[in-house]
Amino acid sequence: MNSLVMIIVGCALINNVVLNQFLGICSFLGVSKQMKASASLGGAVIFVLTIASAVASLLYDYILKPFDLDYMKTIVFILVIAALVQIVEMFLKKTSPGLYKALGIYLPLITTNCAVLGVALTNVQDEYNFIESVFAGFGTALGYTIAIVLLAGVRGRIDESSIPKPLRGAPVVLLSAALMSIAFMGFGGL
Amino acid sequence: MNKYIERIYNGVVKENPTFILMLGMCPTLAVSTSTMNGIGMGISTTAVLILSNVIISALRKIIPDEVRLPAYIVIVATLVTITELLIEAYIPALYDALGIYIPLIVVNCIILGRAEAYANKNTVGLAAFDGIGMGLGFTGALAIVGFLRELLGAGTVFGHNILPKGVEPIGIFVKAPGAFLVLAIVIMVLNALNIENRGKDMVNGCDGCCANCAKAKKDCGKEGAA
Repeated sequence: MNSLVMIIVGCALINNVVLNQFLGICSFLGVSKQMKASASLGGAVIFVLTIASAVASLLYDYILKPFDLDYMKTIVFILVIAALVQIVEMFLKKTSPGLYKALGIYLPLITTNCAVLGVALTNVQDEYNFIESVFAGFGTALGYTIAIVLLAGVRGRIDESSIPKPLRGAPVVLLSAALMSIAFMGFGGL
Repeated sequence: MNKYIERIYNGVVKENPTFILMLGMCPTLAVSTSTMNGIGMGISTTAVLILSNVIISALRKIIPDEVRLPAYIVIVATLVTITELLIEAYIPALYDALGIYIPLIVVNCIILGRAEAYANKNTVGLAAFDGIGMGLGFTGALAIVGFLRELLGAGTVFGHNILPKGVEPIGIFVKAPGAFLVLAIVIMVLNALNIENRGKDMVNGCDGCCANCAKAKKDCGKEGAA
């Protein structure tokens, strides 16, 4: 139990997926403009990443490993993730229109979010079992959500201040991300 | 012949994937801790990019339009796996340094972006040169970012110490925050010099990586309006 909590803390805070490992930068920078959109995307990422880690872990343990197809993992994972996102999208559309409306438009964006493939591959590298993989996926997605919601809050403030012209737009957002990254380095001491 | 040289100029200078188009930011930030890592990543990506451009261009009349993205992803993933195995076998030091970012070349926006924007509309030769140009531009950019971070953060150039005794390097530049800092400074300089870049698009709305760009962008417009 304790080790599972450590996995979540480690993935969410210490090795934060965006601020420390630089996965999912595109959506992190792009979507953080609006708080509401950031929270919805965070929710969608938690949803997809947890399911994707579970599926990838099962595939690896029961198909790729027994048949000695370890080298196929990149191809298999990316296809499974792409298909999975499609299925989740269709499933949500049919069964829970409310949730679909909240998360739906962000789902296709997640297919190519490198965080999903990154987590699936890291889980294999760290030799996590099924339960650990699910927790690692959830923890990573939680870290992503924390980071993007925090950045959205910071950007709300930035929009109201006057900033030197060359810094406007991307540079000031990146500088905020740099400061957040420094702050998150503090978790390394945990 | 001119058309081919134009492609290379376009990739390296006019539409530099890193500094102008702002694509493939994840590897740019993650592996640019030293010049050599940057170049290693750049060359691996270039190899995949050239081959994927060539194959996709050669198959552009065979692959049906509706399933083109999955087909591209399979082609790219295969090439990446080959590259990964080759690096693991012949350059183990680079394999250890780049780690998980080698398989992640699959989701590098530059590769699918070029397939969509160029390779599936042009001849094999032009697509190959487009890949070379874009790859060189990406490699150069990674080398520059890696050089700056290595110099500032570790005080070394290509691993050789150049700082005089008693001068401490600024360690933060080789750590995670340094990547954001250096990229922020680069875009700031481009802005100050009035060099047009896509930095603004990068932080406004869903400039999502990238296979579903068109769809994501369309849907995001809706969200923005709602």
